[in-house]
Amino acid sequence: MFDELMPSSQQPITFFDERFGLDRAMLERAIGRALGGAIDYADLYAEYRVNESISLEEGIVKQASHAVSQGAGLRALSGDKTGFAYTDEISLDRLTLAARQARAIAQRQEETDATGLLRKGRDGGHDLYALRQLPTEATLEGKLELLNTIDRIARAYDPRITSVITSIASEDRLVVVASSDGWVAGDRRPLVRLNVTCIAEEGGRREIGSYGGGGRLEFGWLLEEERFARYAREAARQAILNLSAKEAPAGTMTVVLGPGWPGILLHEAIGHGLEADFNRKGVSAFTGKIGQRVASELCTIVDDGTIPNRRGSLNIDDEGTPTSRTVLIEQGILKGYLQDRLNAKLMGMAPTGNGRRQSFAHPPMPRMTNTFMLAGESDPDEIIRSVKSGLYAVSFGGGQVDITNGKFVFSASEAYLIEDGKVTAPVKGATLIGNGPDVLTRVSMVGSDLKLDEGVGVCGKDGQSVPVGVGLPTIRVDGLTVGGTSV
Amino acid sequence: MNARRRFDPAQLAEQMLAQTKRLGATSADLLFAEAESMGVRVRMGSIERLESAQEQRLGLRCFIGRRSASTSTSDLSPDSIRELVERTCSLAKVTAEDPAAGLPDSSELTTSIPDLDLYDDAAAQLTAEDRIGLAKRAEGAALAVDPRLTNSEGADCDYGGAEVWYASSGGFIGSYRGTRTSLSVSPVASQNGQMQRDYWYTSGRHLRQLISPDEVGRIAAERTLRRLGARPVKTQQAPVIFDPETASQLLGTIVSAVSGYSLYRRASFLVDQLTKPVAAPIVTVEDDGTIPREVGSKPFDGEGLPTRKKKVIDGGVLKSYLLDCYTARKLNLKPTGNATRGVGDPPGVAPTNLRLVPGESAPEAIIRSIPNGLYVTELIGFGINLATGDYSQGAAGVWIDKGELTFPVEEVTIAGNLRDMLMQIEAIGNDLPPHRGVASPTIKIGRMTIAGT
Repeated sequence: MFDELMPSSQQPITFFDERFGLDRAMLERAIGRALGGAIDYADLYAEYRVNESISLEEGIVKQASHAVSQGAGLRALSGDKTGFAYTDEISLDRLTLAARQARAIAQRQEETDATGLLRKGRDGGHDLYALRQLPTEATLEGKLELLNTIDRIARAYDPRITSVITSIASEDRLVVVASSDGWVAGDRRPLVRLNVTCIAEEGGRREIGSYGGGGRLEFGWLLEEERFARYAREAARQAILNLSAKEAPAGTMTVVLGPGWPGILLHEAIGHGLEADFNRKGVSAFTGKIGQRVASELCTIVDDGTIPNRRGSLNIDDEGTPTSRTVLIEQGILKGYLQDRLNAKLMGMAPTGNGRRQSFAHPPMPRMTNTFMLAGESDPDEIIRSVKSGLYAVSFGGGQVDITNGKFVFSASEAYLIEDGKVTAPVKGATLIGNGPDVLTRVSMVGSDLKLDEGVGVCGKDGQSVPVGVGLPTIRVDGLTVGGTSV
Repeated sequence: MNARRRFDPAQLAEQMLAQTKRLGATSADLLFAEAESMGVRVRMGSIERLESAQEQRLGLRCFIGRRSASTSTSDLSPDSIRELVERTCSLAKVTAEDPAAGLPDSSELTTSIPDLDLYDDAAAQLTAEDRIGLAKRAEGAALAVDPRLTNSEGADCDYGGAEVWYASSGGFIGSYRGTRTSLSVSPVASQNGQMQRDYWYTSGRHLRQLISPDEVGRIAAERTLRRLGARPVKTQQAPVIFDPETASQLLGTIVSAVSGYSLYRRASFLVDQLTKPVAAPIVTVEDDGTIPREVGSKPFDGEGLPTRKKKVIDGGVLKSYLLDCYTARKLNLKPTGNATRGVGDPPGVAPTNLRLVPGESAPEAIIRSIPNGLYVTELIGFGINLATGDYSQGAAGVWIDKGELTFPVEEVTIAGNLRDMLMQIEAIGNDLPPHRGVASPTIKIGRMTIAGT
């Protein structure tokens, strides 16, 4: 459908023009209808998205689905007020109506014209995920074959694996942002994700294991280095391991977090609390703490939307700002916030490229991209050896945080006891709870083994979901509350 | 709501179903939804956000024998619709034969569609100014309660109206429309350098079901102030009382465990428990989709079957799962009218109006019955394993000492196994909240592990 040589920033602009007649003049007219009076900024975000999903369970591909979503959101800003309206029909009439609804925030009556407004493209966007073949364009036959292969591998892992559920989700999202600052930007965002869930049964006991991976990558990436086989075996291994897990301990203890996905700790404990909207409004437990110590000096934490092909990466954010690498905590000192355009302006700071939205039907707000701690110097084995008695947690499910009091939780799905410096018995999943501004002050060792997660993260905020990444080296936390049942 | 519709959905459905037949589909069903929404957020007395939208979406599912595929689009141009039908039929050809797949038996379909009074003109006609006014009053009422309430995450007043058509080649076509309005406020209190936030809300299909903005604000303020000075307690085992908010969340977990999809995948701790005692004898749980004007009511389910009233748990005995046609066939049972559909998704299972039947005790009496324990008012996290029943959640609330609520508690977890927790429900309150969909009164669980310092 597209000229192979067209850069991914230009493809969506051409696409919307050809398919919906959304050319420069129409964009200008729509933005013009939202501008004027007390409105100090307006933008239009147009989106065309294809989602394809196929899944296999009980050894057969039961369902295949395909969805097309299209639409545009119009936003008008006036000081700290946001007017927002969207339409799923991309036509001048509907865009004009949406613009009128958006500008009602400033109770403005007169109509303006923005002819000649959009004179330039957007500078500074990245090119992080140009692909030879989009995951949505890979053949269904290839995907079906992979699902069947994974099913065989997972079942062959152990006869106690009784059920395997596997799915491949592919997305192609074309985005155009036009701004009253006078520019138009585009981004084409592919995304692929493979998930494997295994259920193991033995003597009436049932356990689940899940694993997966992906990113802004070609479908073929899942086949390289037999990644799919590793995911299948990991899911099966976790389910089997949990069959012998005993009660998790309850109480405050030393916790060692393994590398990679346990970085969800940072996402919950630090990341959300540093989103600019909460800090501008003074409702975050981190409000007013810039320049203060919030972590041990071993901790440097960044949010980086510019890592090629990562699930949380973007060439530009959903307001057209190029993404960047933002240092949140440097050697324990709180350095910065994650900004979108509105909050950056109101706080007199620079946007960081973290203005994100679930879709055209949602207004943007500050969100994370890929959030991780930089590697330290300790040998991971030495970290475990240093613990007399504690918990070693290597895999997690979801987490949540109360921004205002700073309390966060995240739930282990694979964990072990540490006894006399050795990893011993597996224990059942348990929720870990702590206090965001305080937990990282208790990080006493940071490993040299920084790992990013496999690429399955989804972050929810105010009813909006966006794909994100996390990462962590092995770390030792001296005192975290573990919510098991064994007292 | 239909100002922009340029076609008759019934006619479109008929044409599309005929087209699927020509392309080789043996059966098909489709869903068309039209929605409008408006949301306002007020913060610290002034408008912060105003949102509005109209949407429509069309979803199609085709069967070729026992193979099936689902598609959807918001592009309703004739070309796009033709593409949708062709794509669905060709996608269905790549999937496998699934013996349990297929539309419901025609004899099971709804024959007369009841009017459940789910649409409120007054709610639909409220202006943005009206909604801003409600949000301002709720926030103002909250902040006026106490000088320690110094900040706010704002008050939201949201409205959604939708009309849904469902048609199938089995001969069913039906539609219904409904409205929903909600009003919520999240004040922030500070004291001695500690900040706390809580919230309260009201919602309903009809405007008159909402409690007053002043009442919403007052309750939100009280819940927030109650949390000031919160601290962890020592790790111990003790009784735990869930307030109606957190008890409803716990009930939601039980709903997932009796959903046909969790059961046939054997990913539920309630597998093979039908007709067996699974909870204390005082526990009865009902699901009823036929109550007029209720949030979870609908005249037919996502496959055209009538919704109905049933007992899920009766006197502690598990009486019914929640099933659509697919999971009913997998489990060799009858569907329960609990099929739900996202436009373009295959059916799933959802409760309608599901409630834990209230008991006799006032919540204060339940609190008084406990020498010491935790009164839980907020749960956070995802530490629930449905397959094993293992339960471990972050919690906040108030410590009970000698039958009295004393100091606020936070940064603790409560843990147990859902099997034991259900069996240890020792008291059920008389305070079932109205208009909530899934709702529970206050409940007391005899013993859980509280992890803290």
